[in-house]
Amino acid sequence: MSIQQIIQSYPAKSEYLLEMLIAVDQQKKHHYISAEEINEIASYVKVKESHVCSVMSFYTLLSTQPRGEYVIQVCKDVPCYINDDFNVVLTIEEELGIVLGQTTNCGRFSLEQTACIGCCDEAPAMRINHEIYTNLTKEKVLDIIHTLRGDANGRTT
Amino acid sequence: MVERRELTKRFDQINPEQIQDFLALDGFSMLEKALKMTPSEVRDEIRASRLTGRGGAGFLTSIKMDSFAAETGKKYIVCNADEGEPGNFKDRYLMEKDPFQVIEGMCISAYATGAQEGFIYIRGEYQTSIKRIQNAIDESRKHHYLGTHILQSAFSFDITIRQGAGAYVCGEEFALIESLEGKPGRTRVKPPYPAQEGYFSYPTLINNVETFCNLPFIVRIGGDAYRQIGSDFASGTKLISLSGNVKHKGLYEVPYGTTIRDVIFKLGGGTPNHRAIKMVQLGGACGAIIPDELLDMDIDNERFQIFDSKMGAGAIIVMDDSHDLFDIIHRNMEFFAHESCGKCTPCREGHIQLVKLIEKFIINEASQKDYDTLRSLAQVIHDTTLCGLGQTSPTCILSTMEFFPEEYNRRIAYRKRGGQA
Ligand code: SF4
Ligand code: FES
Repeated sequence: MSIQQIIQSYPAKSEYLLEMLIAVDQQKKHHYISAEEINEIASYVKVKESHVCSVMSFYTLLSTQPRGEYVIQVCKDVPCYINDDFNVVLTIEEELGIVLGQTTNCGRFSLEQTACIGCCDEAPAMRINHEIYTNLTKEKVLDIIHTLRGDANGRTT
Repeated sequence: MVERRELTKRFDQINPEQIQDFLALDGFSMLEKALKMTPSEVRDEIRASRLTGRGGAGFLTSIKMDSFAAETGKKYIVCNADEGEPGNFKDRYLMEKDPFQVIEGMCISAYATGAQEGFIYIRGEYQTSIKRIQNAIDESRKHHYLGTHILQSAFSFDITIRQGAGAYVCGEEFALIESLEGKPGRTRVKPPYPAQEGYFSYPTLINNVETFCNLPFIVRIGGDAYRQIGSDFASGTKLISLSGNVKHKGLYEVPYGTTIRDVIFKLGGGTPNHRAIKMVQLGGACGAIIPDELLDMDIDNERFQIFDSKMGAGAIIVMDDSHDLFDIIHRNMEFFAHESCGKCTPCREGHIQLVKLIEKFIINEASQKDYDTLRSLAQVIHDTTLCGLGQTSPTCILSTMEFFPEEYNRRIAYRKRGGQA
């Protein structure tokens, strides 16, 4: 679906703003919403651009900056922290050569933190795009990244 | 037997995507039963049960429900599935393992109050929950448990999912409503309450996922029998999210009256490596941190009235003696500094200062004056803010000042001695 089609699959009402923004973000390879798209959405639901921007900046799942193809979000809250005996963030930082908040040069991975994702009984946990990974160990984290990297390399498009 | 599985009885017994499985284990039969009663009879049972809200605040469900039922015209039922309090995962389990039960609970609630439209507001991080609930809605509609003339009765009701986009504060009723309307989730001043003026100013009844899931149970055994379960302080069963340094982390359903210690030891198997428990945080980041000596109280710690902090949504986070108190408080305060919606100055600015003060304690640079500032600032945030976030966030500081005074004193004394241990 094109961005336009996604937007128009919702009623032209401002209460669907969040749904639209999430859907557009999900569709985009680099998980962000551009100024043009904000424009387009604002005029479709007939609100000011500034309103869409205020929504964008309030919700952490939405970004106006391009991010990696894979947005890695490591849970930072106490139950995960307590069970993290190898430092998930550091492991990923070293493997990808970036620090928290950055995107790799190739544009494939971004590293972020997230608030609790409700998997505290399988801590430590992280989220990559829509997948949740739990009971993390150092090996497991490295495996996941290697798999995703291979996957990205193997793509023809 | 510590556990009592009522809301979780179908967990792992059914394929959560198959309505037939749910129906085979008496699914929707409580909706059928309710439809044979009058709406006010259903509300009578709920009133008799003394069910309290399971989202954290713990008020009597029937009070909100009765006042909402008295409203006329267009009105909405909202299921609050914006679970985001660190340490809580019960709503995710309810939605993923028995999604039809959530639908049944919402239907009963709509029938009892005369609402025709409902939303489930699910946080965007919970994609599996969203998928399962969407499937459950579609299937229920196909089988006439949702839509017009449900089971050939005069009752019509339908549900739509709305997603949250990563804002903890949207768990608060009015912030959630603002978000449903497509705005930043900043709360409104009450009154009026949502039951009178909520979603686009229409009366709106908001309940937590677990609260809705209790309704089929109440209809099944009746309000009086329900009230017999639990303690003098709270009735029914409670889902407990158990996490941290504990052998068997997970979700447990226990009757009120069960002690925190029993949940940790009998169900959770105690700490791994048999280390001593240093502290336990109740409810999530917004809850009290208590020492081992207090674990013999009821899971509903209302009896102790610890700093307004009740059990909250039912999280128990166990921390052994390898952890530093201030390190944990610091994480909690960073969480709130990040999640503050910014509407009230004490909350927006205060949490940043709390983080800085706690950092002084971590590096042994805190003085008695810092301690006094910390205490008064925490109190001011608690007393002067508009929503549950600011009102409860200082609990972890105020409770540890009460229960772990030696930890504070040790850090202050360390500085006085010029850094000599
Ligand atoms: S207490 Fe904090 S989160 Fe709540 S309304 Fe005030 S600023 Fe916003
Ligand atoms: S604290 Fe990490 S998933 Fe809950």
